[in-house]
Amino acid sequence: MTRFNALNLVKNALTGHKNWTEQWPECQPKAEYDVVIVGAGGHGLGAAYYLAKEHGITNVAVIDKGWLGGGNTGRNTTIIRSNYLYDESQALFNHAVDLWQGLSQELNYNVMYSNRGCLMLAHTVHDVQSFKRHVHANRLNGIDNRWLTPEECKEYCPPVNIAKDARYPVMGGALQERAGTARHDAVAWGYARGAAERGVDIIQNCAVQAIRRGPDGAVIGVDTDKGFIKCKKVGVSASGHNSMVMATAGVRLPLESMPLQALVSEPVKPVFPCVVMSNAVHAYCSQSDKGELVIGSGTDQYVSYSQRGGLPLIEHTIAAISEVFPIFNRMRMLRKWGGITDNTPDRSPIIGKTPVPNLYVNCGWGTGGFKATPGSAHVFAHTIAKDEPHPINAPFSLDRFRTGRLIDEAAAAAVAH
Amino acid sequence: MIQIHCPYCGETLPELEFTYAGEAHIDRPENPSDQTDDQWESFLFLRENVKGPHFERWRHAHGCGRFFNAVRNTITDRFYITYKAGEPRPDLATLLEEDK
Repeated sequence: MTRFNALNLVKNALTGHKNWTEQWPECQPKAEYDVVIVGAGGHGLGAAYYLAKEHGITNVAVIDKGWLGGGNTGRNTTIIRSNYLYDESQALFNHAVDLWQGLSQELNYNVMYSNRGCLMLAHTVHDVQSFKRHVHANRLNGIDNRWLTPEECKEYCPPVNIAKDARYPVMGGALQERAGTARHDAVAWGYARGAAERGVDIIQNCAVQAIRRGPDGAVIGVDTDKGFIKCKKVGVSASGHNSMVMATAGVRLPLESMPLQALVSEPVKPVFPCVVMSNAVHAYCSQSDKGELVIGSGTDQYVSYSQRGGLPLIEHTIAAISEVFPIFNRMRMLRKWGGITDNTPDRSPIIGKTPVPNLYVNCGWGTGGFKATPGSAHVFAHTIAKDEPHPINAPFSLDRFRTGRLIDEAAAAAVAH
Repeated sequence: MIQIHCPYCGETLPELEFTYAGEAHIDRPENPSDQTDDQWESFLFLRENVKGPHFERWRHAHGCGRFFNAVRNTITDRFYITYKAGEPRPDLATLLEEDK
């Protein structure tokens, strides 16, 4: 695999860019693997990458029913932040933010991580109290987050409307400067390339039909479109379809899958310098390097796998955007799409062991999984390799729904994750 | 927008009039103190999350305000039937046959 550097760029430019090697080879499944990962999104490919790189387990396959990075990895609004309320969540998401800092160098692949800052606007007294609590909770853990007055918000992000007579006036904001965005496709491609380079097979367009268990209950392999594949361990990170994949192994999950929508505007010149989120009116927005405004909407209220989502949500989102950023109210939207998110009751993910020996799950990321990709993949690989959770993901166990030790970010972060 | 038939009002109305209320036919335990942790977990949190025909509850929040049950296909979002709370679970095979 050709490394990306100045010398190779010049060399290939002189030969008409015809001699670049492929990023990852087309693979047919082998008869047996040490580990099979179900789901070739950022989390699954990343787990395979860290299994190979940090744990020396290279006989690994990542299997996906579609193309790699074609699920929620390619459908999110690319926001990265770690300003969560609880210590457990802060540790997990900040582990990811730490890894994001050097990810392009680590992967030799430009994931276009841009720590342009994330500003969360407060519109009510309750918002102000809640966000200030977040600021203090973050600072106690050494995570950057600070409080801005409405004027400082305007200075940081000029399109924000801070008029006193607005329907939902801005009363301040919490700013995390290390937060930002990254190119979501590149994250999947970078991890795929890095994993393939270390011997991982990436098998696309091959659905895993069932997880097969032996007489002692432990995992012995997976049935796929391309036949049975024997393996010692299975890690499932199939996003919206985790319930179905895990049900084939007899494991029920506390998940509900719902479509989450996003939309982009026509591209315009740079106008929007950071990420802005407003939970009260439910708008979140950033501008891509192409110039499109990237706008996140909400989830439908009902379980659905339609990958489409209802139009009322888009209308609501656009109303919110027009409220907070009146300068955009005549902007045309180019396209909208949906992805299926798997939501847990406490809106925190599940990363860990399952009641089935040698079966591991990384699920329940709901509407906020992209930001955690490197951290999640890193601790999931550790959990699979060592058969025990990393200290960071230990609190995010599946059995917390039995013990009652929930990590209740649902109330802490309201709608936006 | 999804159109939903309220079995109490007898009208088919836009989804904005309704709120979703989760999976249907999950009975609250008669004797809560006798339940094990596993049973509570199952009652409170574990869900079928079906891809296909799904039994679920809705509430006509901006109408009669009453809860009812429905069977909806979660791939197409198409409703097969809605029926009043307390009525028995309809036979899925018959519903799918009638829908053809």
